[in-house]
Amino acid sequence: MTTQQKSYPVPVAAGRRRPKFDALLLRYRLLSGMGRILIYIILAIGAVIFSAPLLWMISTSLKPEGLVYQYPIVWIPPEPKWSNFFTAWNKSVPPFTTFYYNTIYITVLNIFGLVLSSSLVAFGFARIRFWGRNVIFMVLLATMMLPSQVTLIPIYLFWAKMGLVNTFWPLIVPQWLTNAYNVFLLRQFFMSINVELDDAARIDGASWLRIYCNIIMPLSKPALGVIAIQAFAWNWNNYFDPLIYLSEPKKLTVAIALRLFETQQSQRIPETMAMTLVATIPVLVVFYIAQARFIQGIVISGVKG
Amino acid sequence: MSVQSAVQLGGTKPRRQRLSPRVIRDNIAGFLFISPWLLHFVLLIAFAMFYSFRISLMETDLLSSEKFVGFANYRNLWNDELFWKSFRVTAYYSFVLVPSGIVLALAIAMLMNQKVKLVGVWRTLFYLPSVVSGVAVAILWGYVLNPRFGLLNMGLRSVGIEGPRWLFSETWAVPGFILMGLWGAGGAMLLYLAGLQGIPTTLYEAAEIDGAGSWHRFRHITIPMLTPTIYFNLLINIIGSFQVFTQSYIMTGGGPNNATLTQVLYLYRKGFQDFQFGYASALAWALFLVILVFTVLVVRSSEGWVHYEGELKK
Repeated sequence: MTTQQKSYPVPVAAGRRRPKFDALLLRYRLLSGMGRILIYIILAIGAVIFSAPLLWMISTSLKPEGLVYQYPIVWIPPEPKWSNFFTAWNKSVPPFTTFYYNTIYITVLNIFGLVLSSSLVAFGFARIRFWGRNVIFMVLLATMMLPSQVTLIPIYLFWAKMGLVNTFWPLIVPQWLTNAYNVFLLRQFFMSINVELDDAARIDGASWLRIYCNIIMPLSKPALGVIAIQAFAWNWNNYFDPLIYLSEPKKLTVAIALRLFETQQSQRIPETMAMTLVATIPVLVVFYIAQARFIQGIVISGVKG
Repeated sequence: MSVQSAVQLGGTKPRRQRLSPRVIRDNIAGFLFISPWLLHFVLLIAFAMFYSFRISLMETDLLSSEKFVGFANYRNLWNDELFWKSFRVTAYYSFVLVPSGIVLALAIAMLMNQKVKLVGVWRTLFYLPSVVSGVAVAILWGYVLNPRFGLLNMGLRSVGIEGPRWLFSETWAVPGFILMGLWGAGGAMLLYLAGLQGIPTTLYEAAEIDGAGSWHRFRHITIPMLTPTIYFNLLINIIGSFQVFTQSYIMTGGGPNNATLTQVLYLYRKGFQDFQFGYASALAWALFLVILVFTVLVVRSSEGWVHYEGELKK
């Protein structure tokens, strides 16, 4: 490894004693010159390997069937076959429009519900003093270890008894009741907001709900954004729950429909890749736009925890 | 994510509470605010756990028949060759993927932390694959790992290696899944990158003055300072990888010859295909036990190797 570079606010001492170490610095410059090239080479090879599957997906989605099997790989099809997308989209019964409508419906509702419920609960734990708060919070943390499979069958049974299998209810209600992970993440963030803000507001006679709405929520937009993005990705990609609860074709989500399409059209790889690509794009776009915020969120949840 | 540090983060000191109107109002407000989670806990966790245990003591398809059989499901499970097979498959997958994923993510993060140019571009290139998850990845990698025309074997052929049959081979199917898992290492990489940037430069400078070589600095500064992040990743990933399902369900259906039969897939088969809900519930509890044991082992061991810098604990 080469020298540790300064991407961190440099402490005062660092600047002052630099001249003493000129010889050392020179050696590092020479070494890191070569090391630097090596770093770029390794990074480039890694980047090629990491992006190859995605590029292959894009390239394949535009190929005629025959070109898929060719060796060496044709990366840029001479005549891109855009029609793959339209044929595939309308080939499934019902067309993919229905599945996207369902998925967007569930995802949007759940993002809203999860952000609302998680922030309410996290606010309670972070700002209000009530009996047994710490014990309840410990229980909440402990539930993070419980794999969802343990509770899967009773919950399924519950929805079956209610006659709500094959509706969106089982996919939506649990998320409106929040989950431990998001509460934990938001609570950590809320704790970092100065408590004196609450006290001042309370002296002015503000209720807790008002403090939540007018003080904490506006100050927590980055953290709420993180929750929203993660909820988006989770709901968009969720496979297990729709697989168990949904069976009627016109109720399916994109994830399930994609898999069905793949099994039914196993000889049509470009079309399957086209639909996979379309299903992937929203996630890629949202993450790309939200990258800065998302990174910050990981820092909140991961490093401090 | 340790329970201890989370509680220490609880800023407000508990004062002596008297039954003033304000205390009562705060209690009502507090419980109202956390009521969504209380409901979640009572219905989706406590009640469901109790019921799940009850079902696991029965032989039932939940529709027509219900017979109390005591611990027979658990006894059968102990003697069930397929259960042990699924345990071995899942453990193999987890214990190779989780450590190698950590090493790979850390290595990329270290490279990227060397003040390279265009760090945003590199970060995106390595990070994007980890964002795509679930079905899309499984379908994509089903083709990438195709022995005949798949990207991987074509790539290997161009450097003169004849690749294995991956998902069609009992030996190579799980390694194929592991490669696919490593493709998503970018998420953890971001964590390490953030961790690396949080290490005070003064530490490295002091070490340099003392004549520590780059290996020593890495071994005695970088690694200890990153252990909280590594610990967090290890826990989350072990819990997550033992619940692996989508890959084997979509890409192999558990085959060939059950070489990719993971524990959750087996549970799904028993419960939602064979309708043996009692047995499936017992399988779920067995999975819980497995995850619990490994989680406790990691948590116990953490005292020995996780280093908390004073200010991180605050």
